[in-house]
Amino acid sequence: MNEESTNKEDSIAQISRRKFFVKLSLSVAGISAAIAAIPVVSALLAPLLEHPPGQWRTVGKVNDFQLGTTTLVNFIDADPKPYAGVTAKTGAWVRRNEKNDFTAFAINCTHLGCPVRWEKNADLFMCPCHGGVYYADGTVAAGPPPRPLTKYEVRVYNENVQIKTAPIPLTTIGAAKTS
Amino acid sequence: MTGLFKKIGSWIEDRTGIAKNFLPIMKHPVPPGAKWSYVFGSATLFCFILQVITGVALALLYQPSSNNAYQSLEFITNEAKFGNVLRGIHYFGASAMIILVGIHMIRTYITASYKFPREMNWISGVVLLLCTIFMGFTGQLLRWDSSGVWSSVVAAEQLSRTPLVGKYLARLLIGGDTVGGQSLSRFFAYHVFIFPALIFIFVGLHLYLVIQNGISEPPKQGRLIDPKTYRKWYNNMLKEKGVPFWPDAAWRDTIFGSFVIITIIALAVIFGPPTLTNQPDPSIVHTSPTPDWYMIPFFALFALMPHKMESIAMIIGPILTIALLFSIPFISNRGQRSPLKRPWAMFGVICVVVFVLSLLHIGLNAPWSPHFDTKQLPLTAIKSSSPDSAVIQGVKLFYDKGCEYCHTIHHYGGNAGPNLTTIGNRLSAEALKIRIVNGGTNMPSYGGILSKEELNKIVAFLSTQK
Repeated sequence: MNEESTNKEDSIAQISRRKFFVKLSLSVAGISAAIAAIPVVSALLAPLLEHPPGQWRTVGKVNDFQLGTTTLVNFIDADPKPYAGVTAKTGAWVRRNEKNDFTAFAINCTHLGCPVRWEKNADLFMCPCHGGVYYADGTVAAGPPPRPLTKYEVRVYNENVQIKTAPIPLTTIGAAKTS
Repeated sequence: MTGLFKKIGSWIEDRTGIAKNFLPIMKHPVPPGAKWSYVFGSATLFCFILQVITGVALALLYQPSSNNAYQSLEFITNEAKFGNVLRGIHYFGASAMIILVGIHMIRTYITASYKFPREMNWISGVVLLLCTIFMGFTGQLLRWDSSGVWSSVVAAEQLSRTPLVGKYLARLLIGGDTVGGQSLSRFFAYHVFIFPALIFIFVGLHLYLVIQNGISEPPKQGRLIDPKTYRKWYNNMLKEKGVPFWPDAAWRDTIFGSFVIITIIALAVIFGPPTLTNQPDPSIVHTSPTPDWYMIPFFALFALMPHKMESIAMIIGPILTIALLFSIPFISNRGQRSPLKRPWAMFGVICVVVFVLSLLHIGLNAPWSPHFDTKQLPLTAIKSSSPDSAVIQGVKLFYDKGCEYCHTIHHYGGNAGPNLTTIGNRLSAEALKIRIVNGGTNMPSYGGILSKEELNKIVAFLSTQK
């Protein structure tokens, strides 16, 4: 009789001891995983955490550009990694409208980002991917693009034409609708 | 000597129990009558193993850096011993894996093998299908030529149409605001670590489920699936008529899988890998990015979709498709399995296959893309036998102004717009002028581009095309 009751008490103590160890081991393991996850997730999300501010890049002298023409230029991204090599470069189409009035178009088609090319004789930008076409002022002439070519900020500084770097132009649903 | 090997063998077996524990799995009973239609899953697995091995070999020669990857690709292709063949095997292996995973899925759908109790087999299979497609896509990026660079931009643009978080997803994909140093490192990590790990996990689960639930028996008309009795019936059937998986069923898998691998290697030797395009320099615009063939149906869809619904369809479409694939075993998990008794299911499969193949076919021709490399129409090819000077200048303007990039005349030019070889029969000079000046949905209006004389010359030329 006596022996039995001690056994029962023992097993109750045993059960709560077991539960305690289950909780303890799961929470300690959870904490260790969570701590290890911090630098891992930060590496994964790194591109969202850094936003290099736009930089003015010189793309040529004012007189390198003839009035009324559209020219391909290239410049270095805002904050290229030292190991980026040629991928640090970005292109733009620069049009000289007036003496000191320039427009700089992103080379990315607003449909799916393919590189548009300026067809000098036809006065049109054409995209090789899905047949998007734009007029000289960047407005859509034909095909699937939902909005005009994106423009970079451009200025004349000490007789230099400068473009302000910007992220790759992305067409979001909102942006597509407003066009 | 053989005695010694036997002794070593039985010692290892005694201490590890490998044969004791794994032979029964190899020899587990499977339903009889599973013939050649059952070989596609294992063939996909053989391809995956081939991809892992050739992938490791490529990694020995490859530089996963935005700066140098292209040069290392050139080295693998042109200098490394068997490098060209190695790249070819990895490319044709990927192609084969995508084809086989598709056939395997169609086969399981046609014979309704996803029904009770194999719902999770199907679901893990859908995850593997998505992983395979993603591997195909990222693998193409790792080539890191201009097509690789621009394909990553196109994918980022597509992701950016996701409501609310689009911009962030796009930035995560390419590793920053622009294509740059971090882009290729990320694609490499996706392609070489993250997704292969997922595939290993889900292949493990998929195979475990094949053992756990058993291979589905070939369907028979009128034999219905009833979740209450199926398991009992299946186990009894195995007890009575089951045959050992190895070698009775698996010999076909081995023969077919080996045939697939030999074919892949033969294709790699004969055709070699896809040629590298330009340097991965994002400022080079004179390049026509084209994805590998397995991505072409998506690419074609984006060109053909009505432009107004495109932004929505681009992201809702894939989400709905994936949701539908996952929900198939829950729409119906009992009843008929025989394809002959499921006419609508068969009709659906045929529609999907025809749809995807048509998109592939039209995408390979890409009629919507301007033909930038087209040559000016020679005067011998035009209809008028004694063209006056206006017509001759019209021919030149037709080329200079980009008309010929999109319109074919007598086998010269592109296919985005109508063929104009006999346009003089269909439209009067006046109607031609209206059309050219005003343009249309897929044609720029040339009113602001052409001078009056230029317009007249082009019209003079087109009017002679009768």
